[in-house]
Amino acid sequence: MAMRQCAIYGKGGIGKSTTTQNLVAALAEAGKKVMIVGCDPKADSTRLILHAKAQNTIMEMAAEAGTVEDLELEDVLKTGFGDVRCVESGGPEPGVGCAGRGVITAINFLEEEGAYEEDIDFVFYDVLGDVVCGGFAMPIRENKAQEIYIVVSGEMMAMYAANNISKGIVKYANSGGVRLAGLICNSRNTDREDELIVALAERLGTQMIHFIPRDNVVQRAEIRRMTVIEYDPNARQADEYRALAQKIIANQKFVVPTPASMDELEELLMQFGILEEEDESIIGKTAAELGA
Amino acid sequence: MSDLTHEEVEALISEVLEVYPEKAKKDRAKHLSVNDQEIEQSKKCIVSNKKSLPGVMTQRGCAYAGSKGVVWGPIKDMAHISHGPVGCGQYSRAGRRNYYVGTTGVNAFGTMNFTSDFQEKDIVFGGDKKLEKLIDEIETLFPLNKGISVQSECPIGLIGDDIEAVSKAKQKEHGKTVVPVRCEGFRGVSQSLGHHIANDALRDWVIGARDDDQSFAAGDYDVAIIGDYNIGGDAWSSRILLEEMGLRVVAQWSGDGTLTEMELTQKVKLNLVHCYRSMNYVSRHMEEKYGIPWMEYNFFGPTKTIESLREIASHFDDSIKAKCEEVIAKYSPEWQAVIDKYKPRLEGKKVMLYVGGLRPRHVIGAYEDLGMQVVGTGYEFGHADDYDRTIKEVDNATLLYDDVTGYEFEEFVKRVKPDLIGSGVKEKYIFQKMGIPFRQMHSWDYSGPYHGFDGFAIFAKDMDMTLNNPCWDKLQAPWLKVPQQESKAA
Repeated sequence: MAMRQCAIYGKGGIGKSTTTQNLVAALAEAGKKVMIVGCDPKADSTRLILHAKAQNTIMEMAAEAGTVEDLELEDVLKTGFGDVRCVESGGPEPGVGCAGRGVITAINFLEEEGAYEEDIDFVFYDVLGDVVCGGFAMPIRENKAQEIYIVVSGEMMAMYAANNISKGIVKYANSGGVRLAGLICNSRNTDREDELIVALAERLGTQMIHFIPRDNVVQRAEIRRMTVIEYDPNARQADEYRALAQKIIANQKFVVPTPASMDELEELLMQFGILEEEDESIIGKTAAELGA
Repeated sequence: MSDLTHEEVEALISEVLEVYPEKAKKDRAKHLSVNDQEIEQSKKCIVSNKKSLPGVMTQRGCAYAGSKGVVWGPIKDMAHISHGPVGCGQYSRAGRRNYYVGTTGVNAFGTMNFTSDFQEKDIVFGGDKKLEKLIDEIETLFPLNKGISVQSECPIGLIGDDIEAVSKAKQKEHGKTVVPVRCEGFRGVSQSLGHHIANDALRDWVIGARDDDQSFAAGDYDVAIIGDYNIGGDAWSSRILLEEMGLRVVAQWSGDGTLTEMELTQKVKLNLVHCYRSMNYVSRHMEEKYGIPWMEYNFFGPTKTIESLREIASHFDDSIKAKCEEVIAKYSPEWQAVIDKYKPRLEGKKVMLYVGGLRPRHVIGAYEDLGMQVVGTGYEFGHADDYDRTIKEVDNATLLYDDVTGYEFEEFVKRVKPDLIGSGVKEKYIFQKMGIPFRQMHSWDYSGPYHGFDGFAIFAKDMDMTLNNPCWDKLQAPWLKVPQQESKAA
């Protein structure tokens, strides 16, 4: 089977890294060879696989060695649970430098060093919140990730973000092969969450590939810097991640998304009672004016 | 006056514009004009200081070039850091021939390249720490430096480095002036914005440094030379004339200049501005803040030099005016001899210019003193106020071209057929291969100085040896030449 490259996007704090690592652990358990490429300066995309606080990042080590050309693949590639290969691009502390350039440099390095050449089944890019600049779009450019999964929940802002990310995919879908492969609902236990995400997925032209219920075992595993698959393989939540893994293995629904306009999106949210009908008479009115 | 009439030049412009696509034609048409001295405001006939069109060949530089290359670079006792990747500093190193006195690497640093040599990691993690280290290293290796300027290359503005904070901290630590300059190359449409940014940095970090320091004994005849970059020694051949007429030149901006001179400039009585384009901003600031008047002058060719000397003297008392006349009288035989020698060899020759700063108008008088005529001129990065000043300097029907493109310049030359072209190194070999005598008028073609009476002698000799060089007759192979001459005879 040819190597499949997937990128996971979604609103900040939605649980991308946790979902990715649990999913990857499930894939590994199913006998797949997987690599995770963390594309976030926080470098927390591989800690549950490696049982580490934060792995040494490509950019950090390049800075120590002098230039990225002085690095060897072994220096940055660590293997963890289920032989999952882990790298982190790394980047600056908040407020300095250019994190986007860090992602570009790191991915170029991995390509040049042949990190993708051995018989890997899946590469997962775990990318920070939003596609804020060219650097964070790097994983979805030509010859990189072909499948995008968006982690989402029934909260309004998470859905806005999913829609925005779809707009970014459209741009690159036109010039390359990148496609939206599905929404992963990481439940926040909001009302009618599954129906809502199914409706959103339909609106975007894609599918809700899996609904992951909320379960505290995820947090218990995380405290131990482990995935649920490794910490408690018999937990029901582990089966949810296994189900997600199987669906992704079998997934063939790759689409150019059809993002919604702001009005359409708000309409959808209103249908599900997440957003109140807008009262245009109050726009731009101060408290005093409304009181009068 | 050019051989072509106003209408003929207009026709030439439309003919040259003809090949452009509609949009480009519309844009470029605004930048090409025929001079009409009746026009009061140049904006009615020519548009300038606008973004160059993609696809045409422009000769413009960037904001970094304007700040580091022009304004700051020549201040000799400071280390000017090219902050960013290595190329900007390396390829602009010592390129402008700003002469200076001093021992390079000890107390003068003009031709050296200080750079933070940005690597990937500096982009990703930011370059502030590296800048701190670089400033410390300069302090250690070159303790006689009087200060440091940080000239920003493009990435600094993109990654948001806080060079102001670093500069302030290091200024405090080392007790020396450290000036951050935000002259990232992508700012503005040409090097012109870089001049402005550099002037603003001088205003904010240098000019007021001695406001409370009264130790300098100011005199009644103190002046500063502003906007002379001492290319080939220009400022020196200007300075001697001012000194001979009894003035004290406190500062030279910035050719062969020092930080101390810059700081003391606010104590002078009159600022003398040569390159208006690159230094008018700081001159206006000193006028506003300290009430120092400023005037433009022109030291190219004896006619303009004498005119300027008298105007400068008019700002002072009779003793200076008298000495001014003595200076003029003293040098008259010298420049007269130059004219007597070269004018017969150059008379009636036509010149086309395309340069920057002040030269597209300032050097015209020097050519005219030699009996030559400027039939076309233009600015790389001029503004409307430059063209305002140009209209009166050139004859009617002179071709004016702003930010001229490679194609336009070549076509104009083919039609106007000048005897000499004065422009930059990138134009030089194209026109020489077309068989047209050429002088570089940015670098004086490795000659100079051209300012003042001494400079005029060199200028005249250079123009003569280029224009009357026997090589121009030898460009055609003899066997190709013969039939042509025969056909002429027939």
